[in-house]
Amino acid sequence: MTIRELIPILDAKVLCGGEQIDQEVKTACGSDLMSDVLAFVKDKTVLITGLTNVHVMRTAEMLDIHCVVFARGKIPSDEILEEANELGIVVLATSYTTYTACGLMYEAGIRGTNERSGV
Amino acid sequence: MQPNLLTNSYEVHAGEFQTAGDASASIKRKLKQIGVDSMVLRRIAVASYEAELNLIIHSMGGQLTFAMSPEKITLVSNDMGPGIADISRAMQEGYSTASEEARDLGFGAGMGLPNMKRNADDFAIESELGKGTRIQMEFRLK
Repeated sequence: MTIRELIPILDAKVLCGGEQIDQEVKTACGSDLMSDVLAFVKDKTVLITGLTNVHVMRTAEMLDIHCVVFARGKIPSDEILEEANELGIVVLATSYTTYTACGLMYEAGIRGTNERSGV
Repeated sequence: MQPNLLTNSYEVHAGEFQTAGDASASIKRKLKQIGVDSMVLRRIAVASYEAELNLIIHSMGGQLTFAMSPEKITLVSNDMGPGIADISRAMQEGYSTASEEARDLGFGAGMGLPNMKRNADDFAIESELGKGTRIQMEFRLK
């Protein structure tokens, strides 16, 4: 699946990185705890989160996360979007809760990973 | 012993959450420019970011240093204290002494040290109360 195909599933708005939505999505991770994200993420992962601070983008940068979905209607600040833009990260916003957004993506065939990072 | 091709050191200050990740991002960008394999690079970036966050959350300040030789990349975190009372507990997933501030930002889940160990090919930690903590991690390039 591509990020473009994910957009109607989540009924999402593209907040930045619209020119990069044809990238592939392999797995997803839903968490507000960046510590846990750092321990589990793999390749071509979408992060679904309700946390809106600049550390989300920093964490995404470290892990090569190419798409961040802000859930439950949260809109990140311009500072965060500028950071995402610089890093080439696609940012989506959905009004669904994290749980529902994850469920919809799972239903569409996107699986998570239980494998630890670094292994 | 091969000479280091590239080395750099970054000062990391206690409590400076706003700039958290700057050192690790710089390390990652430098190594990416040189063409370090992306899978190895991600492991280095994760370990470096965890170490940098620990310096900000738990230490009284310290340095993050990396050195690259043809065979490996060595990452060292060295701080001025306060030291870890019980390293075996600190290495347990979920054990954390992080502040509310750190937790509010999405960190301090007690995953940092075990995650560093898992991402590095070699991991060594030594700590003395009242003195400080030194963590050395190595990542093989071949």
